[in-house]
Amino acid sequence: MTTTTSATPTPAAPTNKLGFTKQDYVGSKSTLCAGCGHDSITAQIINAAFESSIEGHRVTKYSGIGCSSKTPAYFINQGWGFNSVHGRMPSIATGASLANRTLINIGVSGDGDSMSIGMGQFVHAVRRNIPMIYIIEDNGVYGLTKGQFSATADKGSHLKTGAVNDFPSIDPCTLAIELGCGFVARSFSGNPKQLNAILKAAFAYQGTVVLDVISPCVTFNNHDASTRSYKHVKDHDFPLHDLGFIQYSEVEEVDIPAGETEIVTFPDGSKVAIKALHEGYEPTDRFGAMKAIHESMAKGEFLTGLLYINPTQPPLPEVLNLVDEPLATLGEDLLKPSPAELDKIMQSLM
Amino acid sequence: MTAALAAPSPVGGAKTRINDFSIQVATVNGSGSQTANTVLLRAIFQMGVFVSGKNLFPSNIAGLPTWFTIRASAKGYVARKASNEMLILMNPETAKEDIAKADPGALVIYDEPLQLDKLRSDLAYTPVPFQKLVTASCPEPKLHKLVKNMIYVGVAARLLGIDMEEVKKAIAKQLKGKTKAIELNQTACMAGYDWAMENLEDQDHIKVVRDNKTQGLIIIDGNEACALGALFAGVTVVGWYPITPASSLVETFIEYAEEYRKDPKTGKSTVAIVQMEDELASAGVVLSAGWAGARSMTSTAGPGVSLMSEFIGLGYYVEAPGVFFNVARTGPSTGLPTRTQQSDVELCAKCSHGDTLHVNLYPGNMEECFQFAYDAFDLAERFQTPIFVVTDLDLGMQNWASKPFAYPAKAYDRGKVLNQQQLAEVKDWGRYKDVDGDGIPYRSLPGTPGGKGAYLTRGSGHNAYAQYSEKPEDYIEVMDRLKRKYETAKDHVPGPVFRNQGSDKGVLAFGSSDPAVIEAQDILAEGGLKTDYLRLRALPFTAEVDAYVKEKKVVYVVEQNRDGQMANLFRETYPEHATKFKSVLHYDGHAIDAKSIVDQITAFEQK
Ligand SMILES: Cc1ncc(C[n+]2csc(CCOP(=O)(O)OP(=O)(O)O)c2C)c(N)n1
Ligand code: SF4
Ligand SMILES: [Mg+2]
Repeated sequence: MTTTTSATPTPAAPTNKLGFTKQDYVGSKSTLCAGCGHDSITAQIINAAFESSIEGHRVTKYSGIGCSSKTPAYFINQGWGFNSVHGRMPSIATGASLANRTLINIGVSGDGDSMSIGMGQFVHAVRRNIPMIYIIEDNGVYGLTKGQFSATADKGSHLKTGAVNDFPSIDPCTLAIELGCGFVARSFSGNPKQLNAILKAAFAYQGTVVLDVISPCVTFNNHDASTRSYKHVKDHDFPLHDLGFIQYSEVEEVDIPAGETEIVTFPDGSKVAIKALHEGYEPTDRFGAMKAIHESMAKGEFLTGLLYINPTQPPLPEVLNLVDEPLATLGEDLLKPSPAELDKIMQSLM
Repeated sequence: MTAALAAPSPVGGAKTRINDFSIQVATVNGSGSQTANTVLLRAIFQMGVFVSGKNLFPSNIAGLPTWFTIRASAKGYVARKASNEMLILMNPETAKEDIAKADPGALVIYDEPLQLDKLRSDLAYTPVPFQKLVTASCPEPKLHKLVKNMIYVGVAARLLGIDMEEVKKAIAKQLKGKTKAIELNQTACMAGYDWAMENLEDQDHIKVVRDNKTQGLIIIDGNEACALGALFAGVTVVGWYPITPASSLVETFIEYAEEYRKDPKTGKSTVAIVQMEDELASAGVVLSAGWAGARSMTSTAGPGVSLMSEFIGLGYYVEAPGVFFNVARTGPSTGLPTRTQQSDVELCAKCSHGDTLHVNLYPGNMEECFQFAYDAFDLAERFQTPIFVVTDLDLGMQNWASKPFAYPAKAYDRGKVLNQQQLAEVKDWGRYKDVDGDGIPYRSLPGTPGGKGAYLTRGSGHNAYAQYSEKPEDYIEVMDRLKRKYETAKDHVPGPVFRNQGSDKGVLAFGSSDPAVIEAQDILAEGGLKTDYLRLRALPFTAEVDAYVKEKKVVYVVEQNRDGQMANLFRETYPEHATKFKSVLHYDGHAIDAKSIVDQITAFEQK
């Protein structure tokens, strides 16, 4: 799912504020199965980064192991990437984001990677509010190891082989809200418009964004009895609102759509415009959001959109009161105490 | 007091041991005896006498027995000595057993109601009415338990001839600035001393006599020394998880960072320290921070290293730097978590699945803990790989006298990192290309502007350009280069230290065994067996180690584990000399002592 330049030389490809074309945000060619939901997510990451004029060299991509975790190779080649070990992407993101707080961190994980082997790291990364967009490409199975159930599979759902899942599913979104995450969203790889808007808002957010994207595995979990097939998810997708994202700009006047629109402002001045499609869902109400999500899950629906937002929580580097410049490039002059200071320490030990 | 208490004189009438004895104090964990014992140790130290202390504590917060041994040695021997000339028995639970194990002729100070004096006739008893003395010297009943320990310090000071001014100074030092506690403890100590002056006669069994051996020395433990090394090395990211005996390394670092790692202009921190959810996460933080250009570290013990091992393999294969302190304890599993051992030798040498080889540093004393901790950060960045600094509970948590540390003047070596300009100039950059033939590639750091140098780090197969590859030749190229890199490290790690007596018989040891080996070597030489001692300080083995192995007829490998793990590494590295290596082992959880070494080598020699 790579964006290919069109065969005709004209017209010139549009550029963003930084003068980059969309082509500057692509990665290597995907090696996933044709039609895999993960590739649609990759495409929207590319679009959103291009449209938000993200500086590619500052983007750092992290992943664990799985089909989903391969995707950082398929977008934003200008940025560095770290495809690590199964379930441990969050700690990789933690260390690098502390080493250099100017990085723009995108973590890509799978439902197996995050909700089973990596549950511990998921939980604690969210708790610490590390600055990253944490995307779970959620297909209800372990794609890469050929289709075993994951912990997000619905109780009673069927594998292609006929095997039935006997255990309740874990929902990353309610869990993230419970853990104090300030930006929790769910989307569907088959709803590019919504995913794009959420991603653009996510780029402007300072702490941990948990974004669960239902992303059908066409090879192992797209059959009729699956609750993660394209058809099933399309039929049960329940978008909460139309989202508009207005990036902060010092020069441009911000154009806020009129009507029933709620505006949430981020610390950098960016705004998310949320136009409710249904009454009674309030994405700034933590407990209300939890209740609504649980109720919809009980009905077998997927509530999608911005599930919960609270843009005021300080991210980890701020909590730790770190210097503004990257720790990685601090010089010896600032880091190494002087001979007199060593002498003072030695005196105290005599 | 009754006359019966007076004049505990040594049984057997041996000549006075001046500045050459061991004292063992038996107390209950959590009773505050640590302070009292440290005061006693410090007071002897301040008398100019070389002294070392070993705390043998249980894995428990309060209530279980604990022993502290203090060894004074005019000759400067600081290893644990298995025999004790003085016992201070404060724990009713263990008193009978302590008496049964006592060496003939030992002086025994004990709590009067325990009535131990009937148990054996070959010991010299000094019963002390602790309760009476406590009640008289301390008005607050809830402090009695703590203060009781200070009384034995006073009694021991009197019997040993320690100047009370030194004891008072030691108390003030130990309780830094806590005026009320200092006064209370000094009063209790004096009460013990005065009582002993009135009621006890001189003994001439063991004595402390003023000397000048400790002038200008510091007292420190290895964890603090390592923490200081890391501080001066400019560590900027720390991810850790508490575990005995490694926690105090980071905890001490945190204290120093409060003072020395704030940007003077902004007051903001120049180091990120995060207590992670486990050691897996700590390892992830260390490696990714190193990958992103920070100097990073963690501190753990065997169980933590086991958990980290998947990540360590990743770090090795993707070539991410990071410093891993392993303060080893007695394994396997939880084992004896508060006892010492050198049983992670093979674990650290080859940590993780697949073919992995790691650079390991083995400091053997406090100055080396400081220096090697400092050097480890240079090595990690130079070699772009996880570096283990391996100590153990004995080095890490016990008090050691040391020369003050020399200032590490050498500038940081940040290794082969290409900046924006260099990336722009370089023609055909490949993240894993061996440009210089030393196996060490050039790396770039995330966030470098200019549009060059970005790459994807992956634990799956990759070629010299960091591209995904399953080609056999690409895999081999990377693995063979990693081996070459390891070979290059031989010229950068600290070489061995020799203590030669001119012999074709070798004794080889590392880390905390050093003091016991030195003492054993002297005892063996007195008995007519000369040896050449090589103290190993790092893996991989350097050229000097090669030469030594080739030259010696026999090499006694001294180590504190059951399986002779270091000897195994030697047999594997030098198969043609495999039969030369004889294991001298000590693995009961106590620090190794000279006698164990002498006995085992003597037995080998008599075969
Ligand atoms: C320690 C470890 N255990 C098991 C595996 C095998 N493994 C690879 S991917 C995977 C599951 C991936 O599932 P998910 O995260 O949902 O990704 P998907 O392929 O579905 O996108 C497993 C179990 C591994 N790589 N490492
Ligand atoms: S196996 Fe499933 S998850 Fe993996 S690439 Fe194919 S469709 Fe996607
Ligand atoms: Mg999956």
